[in-house]
Amino acid sequence: MYQGIRISGFGGQGVISAGVLLAQAGMMEGREVSFFPAYGAEMRGGTANCSVVVASDEVSTPIVSDPDTAIVLNEPSLAKFEPMVKPGGLLIVNSSLINTKAKRTDIKVLYVPCNEVAGELGNAKVMNMVALGAFAATTGAMSVDAIAGALPKVYKKLKPEVIDLNIKALRRGAQFKAG
Amino acid sequence: MQLLNKRPESLLDVKMHYCPGCGHGIVHRVVAEVMDELGIRERTIGIAPVGCAVFADTYFNCDMIQGPHGRGPAEATGIKRCKPDSIVFSYQGDGDLASIGMAEIVHAAIRSENITVVFINNAIYGMTGGQMAPTTLIGQKATTCVDGRAAKQAGYPIKMCEMLATIDGATYLERTTVHNNSGALATKRAIKKAFQYQMDNKGFSMVEVLSMCPTNWGTRLDNPSEATKYVGESMSKTFPPGVYKDACAADKK
Amino acid sequence: MADKKLMKGNEALAEGALRAGCRFFAGYPITPQNEVPEYMSWRLPQVGGAFVQAESEVSAINMIYGAAATGVRCMTSSSSPGISLKQEGISYCAGADLPLLIGNVMRGGPGLGNIAGAQGDYWQATRGGGHGDYRVFVMAPNGVNEMANFPNKCFEVAYKYRIPSMILADGIIGQMMEPVEFNTPEVDTKSLKEPDWALGISKGRGKRIVKSYDLREGYLEKMVLARVERYKQIEQNEVLYEERQLEDADIAIVAYGTSARVASAAIKIAREKGVRAGLFRPITLWPFPKVRLAELSKRVKKFVAVEMSLGQLVEDVQLSINGKAEVYLHAKPGASVITAEEVAKTLEKIAKKEAKEYAAVK
Repeated sequence: MYQGIRISGFGGQGVISAGVLLAQAGMMEGREVSFFPAYGAEMRGGTANCSVVVASDEVSTPIVSDPDTAIVLNEPSLAKFEPMVKPGGLLIVNSSLINTKAKRTDIKVLYVPCNEVAGELGNAKVMNMVALGAFAATTGAMSVDAIAGALPKVYKKLKPEVIDLNIKALRRGAQFKAG
Repeated sequence: MQLLNKRPESLLDVKMHYCPGCGHGIVHRVVAEVMDELGIRERTIGIAPVGCAVFADTYFNCDMIQGPHGRGPAEATGIKRCKPDSIVFSYQGDGDLASIGMAEIVHAAIRSENITVVFINNAIYGMTGGQMAPTTLIGQKATTCVDGRAAKQAGYPIKMCEMLATIDGATYLERTTVHNNSGALATKRAIKKAFQYQMDNKGFSMVEVLSMCPTNWGTRLDNPSEATKYVGESMSKTFPPGVYKDACAADKK
Repeated sequence: MADKKLMKGNEALAEGALRAGCRFFAGYPITPQNEVPEYMSWRLPQVGGAFVQAESEVSAINMIYGAAATGVRCMTSSSSPGISLKQEGISYCAGADLPLLIGNVMRGGPGLGNIAGAQGDYWQATRGGGHGDYRVFVMAPNGVNEMANFPNKCFEVAYKYRIPSMILADGIIGQMMEPVEFNTPEVDTKSLKEPDWALGISKGRGKRIVKSYDLREGYLEKMVLARVERYKQIEQNEVLYEERQLEDADIAIVAYGTSARVASAAIKIAREKGVRAGLFRPITLWPFPKVRLAELSKRVKKFVAVEMSLGQLVEDVQLSINGKAEVYLHAKPGASVITAEEVAKTLEKIAKKEAKEYAAVK
């Protein structure tokens, strides 16, 4: 089993924390994992992206250049990462902020209105969790429960009610499972 | 026969390599007397510079370290932070402190490192053979300014006490001379005060000592008064002796 | 599993050093190693240690020079340009026989280069780096877990032989997160004996001097030769390496750090295509495992150095093998990402005799 993931969006959309969360969840499920953030000059100008690998064998390179899944949370990220997705891979598009449709036909594309769903739950900040829920449900690379279980490990200072809200967002996102 | 004065315990009985008429020997003795009087020899760590005083590590009878040119205040920082109960002094010349080591001295003062710096300003590079120092006076001859230092080509002498006095972290800054008895006594008082401040955890202190270098100044070696006169009459004009900062004295008022 | 913790490479390096007894750190910000000083700044005071953000890398290494002279375990870290600045100080530390730890999280060079991970400082790290005849004990971690666990070995060797030690990582290892498991107990600094050369309270003993010079005729030579004897012992006792799938290999990749990870994946691809390749990973870069490589060259007849630099590691491979086998080079300088696919292609080319020896494989 090998799943290379790329997550990308604006700074403040929870791109980095979503990536760390996936790695933590994968580790807790007994997988080999790695997380790698774009850093330094790359993160100037307000964009953020990261690579996550969850695998049964040891991870060779933590930089995912041909992701099995790309999660794009804003318009520029779609343009940058759509072409990189492996044929047969998955592209999760935050349709709340991205009006453009994906062009590729050799990959699975899943449109999830992350911001709207998060807004309905009462906190726009959990939009990244909506995307992760959709990712877990669609790929089966890890369970929604594993991500939920990783939350308190990554966010040590979050209040229980905020953790609960994040879990709700994960579960709502999981309903966007692509066929 | 009566022994009127003896070698301080903090100074070893070894032959020094300093030239006739050089001021380093006087300052060494003064520092050693202060260590004796304050009873701190066995908990003092001294730092020898690169330059004429490089061998200071063999002269002082306390733990010593010799390191890279100009980095004494950085070494002192590492030592003091690891051994806060030690008394740490950095002994530096003008090329060491005011040229290559400018960043280290300034930032040690900014951090108010609880250390003492003894700064010998003789306006010349001695060890390397008489090149222009950052403190060389305008018009003073050196092997890299044979017609005398010209401001247009080589800039101006740097006044360390005046400059460091602008730094909040500097606790005590005084400039003295060793060209005569009263100067040497004032130097001892200043150095003692600087060590005492360190013992009282008051922060960064530096004593700048105007000193002679007859060998490289080209003054007559058989007439030491030429060199002492230069300190008293020329150097003291550019670098006026005095207390430039005493934060603790201000506290008391 | 319960003991595993997801950590960033730079933070693992800092925590690993601290657990290994490091109680003083001085450094200066530079990408991609900033998490090391950031972590140390809040973590060291928790264990009674001290942290200083120095005014420069030059000052930082000299703070370490002073700190190491007191016998306290201490560390500085930086990335390539900053390590260049520290070289004078490292030379003094080596010349004064001081044990300490230097972290180099390499980036692209020369000059300002870029901030991506690279391996271009291999020569600098393994040849001393500064002026004069000296060595630094250099360990190359291949991931976050080794970042966490190598500082302990570095301090152990540094103190045993009185030599500066270095962990040579790169921006990828520094920035990535992976599970970490500390495999040695935390060092109790109170149980560490004060070395008989350390500066401090001199009551009841003679004065001590820490210095790197001796101007008396013939004395410096004696000082350097005594040090070289210790270097010989290190070469005998402290060489570390890892071998994978070399038993039946026709081609051995020699690679360290990030390159070795990529090499492992490349070997898998190549073996699926019938190319029998294996991996030789030097863990200590100095001392370099030259004796073992020479042994291997009796059986394996093709070696290829895979490195994120322009043919630096390959020179040590050539020196070790000394003409007893073919030596190839897969080089990627300028902090370019090295991929398993391209390394696998190189392996195929070598197997098919399409590659030129001693030249970078295109």
